Amino acid sequence: MTTQVAISGHEADHSGPNYVAVFIYLAILTGIELVVYATGLPQVAKAGLLIALAGAQAVLAAMYLMHLAMEKKALALIAIVPVVLVTFLCLMLLPDLTARMWTKSEHKIGETNPAEMEENPVAPPAQQVPQH
Amino acid sequence: MAPGVTASTHDRDAAHAERLEPSLTPGNPGKLGMWTFLAGDAMIFGAAFAAYGALRINNPNWPVPAGYLGIAIPAVMTFILLCSCFTMVEALDGVQHGMQSKFQMFMALTVLGGLLFLGMQAFEWHRLLIEKGMSLQRDLFDATFFILTGFHGCHVFGGVMYNGVLLIRGMRGKIPVAKAGLVEIAGLYWQFVGLVWIVIFTFIYLI
Repeated sequence: MTTQVAISGHEADHSGPNYVAVFIYLAILTGIELVVYATGLPQVAKAGLLIALAGAQAVLAAMYLMHLAMEKKALALIAIVPVVLVTFLCLMLLPDLTARMWTKSEHKIGETNPAEMEENPVAPPAQQVPQH
Repeated sequence: MAPGVTASTHDRDAAHAERLEPSLTPGNPGKLGMWTFLAGDAMIFGAAFAAYGALRINNPNWPVPAGYLGIAIPAVMTFILLCSCFTMVEALDGVQHGMQSKFQMFMALTVLGGLLFLGMQAFEWHRLLIEKGMSLQRDLFDATFFILTGFHGCHVFGGVMYNGVLLIRGMRGKIPVAKAGLVEIAGLYWQFVGLVWIVIFTFIYLI
C-alpha cells in the first residue's frame, strides 16, 4: 500500500510532477513537429528531426505521465526492453533494404542451370510491385 | 492465528516471505502486470512500425502521406489525445488525494476525449474510404495506414471502455483512496495509447 500511504495525507501532498508543465511541453513539441513538417528541409533532415522530437515526447510521457521517473529503476528495464528490441529490428533490416536500394536488384529465387531449363521449363515467379 | 495455522507453518511462511525479493511495484502488483503487458504491446506496435518502414523504404513510388491524407484532422486528434492524457493524470491525482469530484470530472473528460478521438478517426476513415477510394486491398500504402491506425483505434476503444467502467464505479463511490491503484493502472494504459499515437502521427503522417 505504498502508493496510498505516500499520498493519503501525512507526507508532502502534491509532490508529483507538474502535470500542467508536462502537458505544455508536449503541446510545444507537437507544434514544433508541425513547423518542421511545414518547412522545406531535405527529407532526411526532416525525418531525423521529427524522430528526435517524437522520441522526446515519448520520454516525457513515459517519465512523468506514466511516473517512470518515480518508480524503481528496475521497472524501467521492462519499459526499455521493447525499445531496444524494436531499434535492433529496424537496424537489422537496414543492410538488406539498403542493398536492395543500392543495387536496384529485383528479388531472384535462385539461379537455374540453362541445361535444366531446356528439359523442364519453369515460368519465372510473378513480381509483386505495389500499384498506387 | 487463523484456524488450522500452526505456529510452525506461520513461522515457515514468515521466513519464506522474508526470502522473497521486494516487489518492483510495492503495494500495487497490478501495476507490474500492466507494465509487462504494455511492454508486449509495444513490441507489437514496434514490429508493425518496422514492417511499415521496410515496405516504404523499398518502394520508390510511396506517396507523400501528409499530402494524401491531410494534416489538419490528425493534428487536432493529436491535441485531443494529449489533453485526455493530461485529464487522466489529473483524475489519478484526484483519487489519490481523496477528491472524488475532481476524479469524476477529469475521468469524464478523459472518456470524452477518447470518444472525440474515435469519432474523428471514424470521420477520417470515412473520408478516405469513400472520397479517396482507399481500401485494404488497393495497395500497401492503404493497407499499412488502415492496419496501423485501426489497431491503435482498437486500443483507444478499449481504453474508453476501461475508463468508462472506472468512472461509473467512481460515481457509485466504489473507488476510494485505498483503491487508487486501479486508476493508476488504467492511467498507465491510457498514457501508452497516447504515446503510441504520437509515434503514429510522426511516422505515418509527417515523415
